[in-house]
Formats: sequence, C-alpha cells, structure tokens
Amino acid sequence: MERIYVFKRFERFWHWSQAALIITLLFTGFEVHGSYTVLGFETAVATHTTAAWTLVGLWVFAVFWHFTTGEWKQYIPTTDKVVAMFRYYLTGIFTNAPHPFKQTTLSKHNPLQRLAYLFVLLIINPLIWITGWFYLFYNSWADWGVSWLNIEYIALFHVIAAFMMLIFLIAHVYLGTAGHTPTAHIKAMVTGWEEVD
Amino acid sequence: MNKGIKTLPKMLLIGACLLFAGGASAATDAASTGEDTARSKSESTADHSKFEELNKDFESGPEVTEACLECHTEAAEQVQHTKHWTWEYLNPVTQQKLGKKNVVNNFCTSVTSNQTFCSACHVGYGWSDDSFDFTSEKNVDCLACHDTTGKYKKIPGLSGHPNYDTMEWPPHSGNFREPTDLTKIAQNVGKTSRQTCGNCHFYGGGGDAVKHGDLDSSLLEPTRYLDVHMDAEGLDFTCGSCHLSDSHEVSGSRYAPTASDDNGALIRGKKDGRNPTTCVACHGNEPHPGTTVSTAKLNAHTDKVACQTCHIPEYARGPIATKMTWDWSTAGRLDEQGKRIRIKGSEGRDSYDSKKGTFTYERFVIPEYTWFNGNVKFTLFGEKVTEDKVKINEFLGGPDDPDSRIWPTKVFRGKQPYDVGNETLAVFHTAGKDDSAYWNTYDWDKALSWGMEAQGLEYSGEMKFVETEMSWPITHMVAPKEDALTCAQCHRENGRLQNISGVHMPGRDNTPMVDTIGWTLALLTLLGVLFHGALRFIMSKKD
Repeated sequence: MERIYVFKRFERFWHWSQAALIITLLFTGFEVHGSYTVLGFETAVATHTTAAWTLVGLWVFAVFWHFTTGEWKQYIPTTDKVVAMFRYYLTGIFTNAPHPFKQTTLSKHNPLQRLAYLFVLLIINPLIWITGWFYLFYNSWADWGVSWLNIEYIALFHVIAAFMMLIFLIAHVYLGTAGHTPTAHIKAMVTGWEEVD
Repeated sequence: MNKGIKTLPKMLLIGACLLFAGGASAATDAASTGEDTARSKSESTADHSKFEELNKDFESGPEVTEACLECHTEAAEQVQHTKHWTWEYLNPVTQQKLGKKNVVNNFCTSVTSNQTFCSACHVGYGWSDDSFDFTSEKNVDCLACHDTTGKYKKIPGLSGHPNYDTMEWPPHSGNFREPTDLTKIAQNVGKTSRQTCGNCHFYGGGGDAVKHGDLDSSLLEPTRYLDVHMDAEGLDFTCGSCHLSDSHEVSGSRYAPTASDDNGALIRGKKDGRNPTTCVACHGNEPHPGTTVSTAKLNAHTDKVACQTCHIPEYARGPIATKMTWDWSTAGRLDEQGKRIRIKGSEGRDSYDSKKGTFTYERFVIPEYTWFNGNVKFTLFGEKVTEDKVKINEFLGGPDDPDSRIWPTKVFRGKQPYDVGNETLAVFHTAGKDDSAYWNTYDWDKALSWGMEAQGLEYSGEMKFVETEMSWPITHMVAPKEDALTCAQCHRENGRLQNISGVHMPGRDNTPMVDTIGWTLALLTLLGVLFHGALRFIMSKKD
C-alpha cells in the first residue's frame, strides 16, 4: 500500500469549513422555508445569512487558490472510465473487485467525482448563489433595474437548488465511505494522505 | 345615558384635541391631576390667574372665550379653520366630503339630527342644529382643550356647553354636578394634555375604549408595556408630543392618514409640509439600530410593512376592553314594565342595552391586516348600496403601490338601519328631548323619518338592518420593543399575514409540489445509499 499526498492543507480546510457551512445553510434554510422549527425563525435567518456571507469569503480564497495552484484542472470532465465507475459501484464494490480508477496527486478525482463536482460547480452553486443573492438584496432590485424579477421564482429556484445540494450531500457523504476501508477517504480528507494500491 | 351619547361624535379626531394647543405643544403637565399642581408645574411665562380679564364671574362659556380673545386675538379664527371646528374634510384624492358632520359610522351612526348630544365633543358652544353660526368667534370653546383643572365637562344634550347650573349627571344617577366654576377654570388654562384630548378621543362611540381600540382612558397614565412613548414613568409623551400643532391645526388625522413616508426623520425647524405625526418623523426609515444581519433584515421590511404592524401586536392592550360588534337590530326590547333593559356582559361592559342593541367587547385583540396607502374611501349617506354587507369605509392600496404598507386595523362590525326604498344607509334621530328620538320612544319609523329629513332625504318608509363593516387604523398603544411581534408570528403557515397577497414571505409561501418532489428524492437517495451500504456490509462478511 502506497501513501500519496492528495489534499493540501488549504484544500482540507476549505473542504471541512465548506462542509460545515453548507450543512448549516441547509439546516437553517429549510427552517426559514418553513419545513420545521428548531432555532426559531429569526435565529435561522440570521445564521443563514451569516453562514452565506462566510461561505462567500471562503470561496474568494478557494477560487484564488484553485487558479494559482492550477488545481482547477482536477474538475475537467472526462468520459473515460465513467461506465467502468458505474459498473464498479453497482457490482464490483460488493465483490471486492479492483477500483477502476487509480488516484494520483495530479488526478485525485475519479471520473464520476469530476462529473459530480462539476455539476455542483456549474449548476447547483450558480443557481443557489444567484438566487440567494437576489433574495438577500431584494430591497435593491429597483436600484439595480431588475424589478421585473419575480421573487416567487427566485425563492422557488433557491429551494430547488437546496434540494439538489441536499441530495448531493447525502450521496457524497456515503461515497466518502466507499474507499478500500469505510474510513479511508475520510481519513485522507483529514490528513491529506490517501492510501492507494 | 352617559358617556354614551356624549361621545358619539368624536371619531375622527385622532389627535385632534391638541388643536388648540397653539404652537407646537410637546408639553407635559399634569392636567389630569387637578387644580393646584397644574399651575405650579406649568412652564408657562404667563400666570392667567393674574389677568384682570379673567378676574370676574363668567356666566357662560362664550363669555370666557371673549375674554380669551382680548389677548389671543387670532385664536378663534385659527380654530375655525380646523376639523375640530368644522367637522368637515374634503379628501383631495377621492373628492369625498368627509368629516364627522358628513360620514356615517356603525357606532351611533351619524351626527346629523343629533348635534345637541354630539356637540359635547365639538370645540364650540351652541351647535344644536343646522342654524349654528360657524363664523361666530365667541362660540369657539377654548376650555375644552386648554382646561388644566380636570373640572371642565361638556355635557351631552347641552349643545356643547358645560352645565352652568346644578345638574343631575348622569341622568337618574342621583349624582349632582356643581355649576361649572368658569372663573377658576379660565384662570388655570394651559397646554393640552392627555386628559383634555382624551375627554373626547378616549370615549368615542359612546364610552371608554369603544371606538378606536387603541385609544382609551388607560392612556391617561399608561405603563411602559401599554405605551412605550406615553409611559407615565418614562418618556411620558402627551398626545401633543407627536400630534404637533400649528396655528391650532393638529397634525395626524384618520381621514387622511400618512401610511408611509420614505423621506426619513424630520429635521427640526425644516418646513417641508410633511406630517410630523408618523413613526418615521422621529425614527426615520431605518429605525432598527445596529449593523447585524438581523437589524438589516428588519430595516429591509420598512418598504412593505408599517411600523405599527409589528410594534402594536394587539390593540386594547390595557385593562379596558374595546367594542368589537354592535347590532342595532336587537334594540328596543323592554322589560315587562316597559322599561329599558341593560345587561352586563364580559369585561363588565354592557352586552345589551335597549337603546342601542347588542354588543361584544374584547381586550388584546389581534388586528386584521390590509394594504393601505393612506387613502380611505367612504360609503356616504345617500349613496346607493345593496343589502349585502356594506363596507362603510375601505382602505385603498395594494402590494404594487409604493406608497402602500401592510397596516393593522380594527374592523368594527355591526348591523344598522338601511332604507330599503332609497337603497342607502339610513340616518336616524337618536337622542333629543323630542318624541322622535329613538332613545325616548324606541320608534324606528319616527327616528328614521326625522333623521333622513335632516340629511335632506325622504325616508321611504321601509327599513331593514344590514351588516356593516368599518375599518380603523391601529397606531397607538405602541409596545416596547421586547413585546413587538416575532418573525415567526407572520413567517409561518396561518400566521398573522396569511391573507396578505402580493408579497413573498419565507415560511408562509412555498410550492408544495417542489417540496414533495425534493423531500422524496432526498429520501430515496438516503434509502439508496443505506441499501448500498448494507449490501456492501453483508457481502464483506461473506468473504
């Protein structure tokens, strides 16, 4: 078993703080949405807004980091081995078949991860951020000349994006246990070191 | 009878009392507590008891007025330009002729034909019928607003006069009022007070707390909880602190309320014609201090929500219940001896009175909310209406109108006479010494004939009772901030603003289909990964 260093310090910090913020945003967001009452509406709104701004700040650093380090290339999609990955998750994983993808420092995401993360980056995030931004600055619509926007649709797509994020989160957390041991990926995300065959 | 009658007329005067306050009176003062303290606490530069003009025996109110006018030469003319005197108001938007003299309500219903009683709240002497001289300066009543002794009382039935002779009051009560000591009262005049304004405005509609719901005698000495501004041990505002007056014209009126003002706090001394009797006039458009996301969000509500909506969580927030319904159709039942019946109900108030019908009273009433831009359209006498529920007034505005805000209102519901032949709300003669007054003879036909004639209409001879609704803006009894509404009282399903359309409210508004699909997919995903994981676990054990 070989150990490779795949997740650098900033990347790990980014991952876990983003995870905490997204979970916070989902939890408070659905309370604001009216799905349940736990924190109370005012606290939920305040927490949601604060977490959103914090995430904006985090992203400024993350975007900078990805472009200066070239790590953005990790998200370039590929169709290579996608079918093999599907087959692995549907059958091979149960029979201890070899993982079809070999992880390296230069290519740390398997093809499905690349597609999934790209979907998050290009679909879910823009949707949630653009709608969230307009939601937050509703009172400035007139100044921005966008009074023709409909808050009902803004809210609707914000919620749709939230559901998509929730579903991603569930699948992502589970697949985090799909390493050669259930905790292998999670350890790697903490220490930065992944064990590979 | 009682305050009942005496107050009927007062509806409109929200704040108007100060009318006479000459100049911007933001005063304080202890008018309510009586004679000697009042003078010693006065901040006035004039001691009226030292004035020769007032050192005499006055026979009547008008004589006092003449003495006042010797120095205050322009006062009467100023008063005569105000709604407190004319009881008239021309709505510049709807062009409707309003004012107490013209509108109908669903309390005692109309001033017309009942001036002798209603004028107990007119700032004048002698208005008993249409022949009253509105140009006579000595008929202006200075004392109604400037008494500080608390002893000046205009008696219903005396056409705006106090009693000059010993008089049993209330009638048949066995209590006798001494002749009004006009000299003492005149020598102690001062600024308006919660007492003088309240003499009429707290008792509108026939008794304490009856009409407005947010104005009653508990505001004479309120706690902080009841009214954060008038708190007797705190800010201790008088009515005039907000209802600033200029040349006896008192600002703030429910005939032309200011529903919104985007121009920020008023700058002292700057004359820009804005209504100073608004929350914004002092608190500005970003009233919640601080820079947290919560205060920013609260301030972001001011474009849609009136301050009152959150900060007056209920009305009748004091110890006194306000009247909520009044059904005239049951009036006139008498006991076996043919005598008037009065039945006490909850809150210690009348639930039935032969003279008036059936009532209900409530305290801590949750307002009904509506979009409101400050324009009110009235249904006036003579206007044709159907026998369906009649809206006596209607608050105009809507979500797309930038001048509109979501406002709290008291909606007063009742049943009152309707002239079937004329298809109009009917005027009836309520009180008087004649045998047409309903309160004397319980005869609707006579009361209606007289009332309609006084209104310049002819009674068709056929009447019925129709349901009516009348809305009142809620704007007094402002709670301390800790008692304001919490977010979730509106941001929830079936919350306070459930019926307000045209705004998106998180927590209230969602798309059930999206929620159903979203939660279903999330659940399926969860079940899927759990199944996958369980299968992995089982398979690994097999090895």
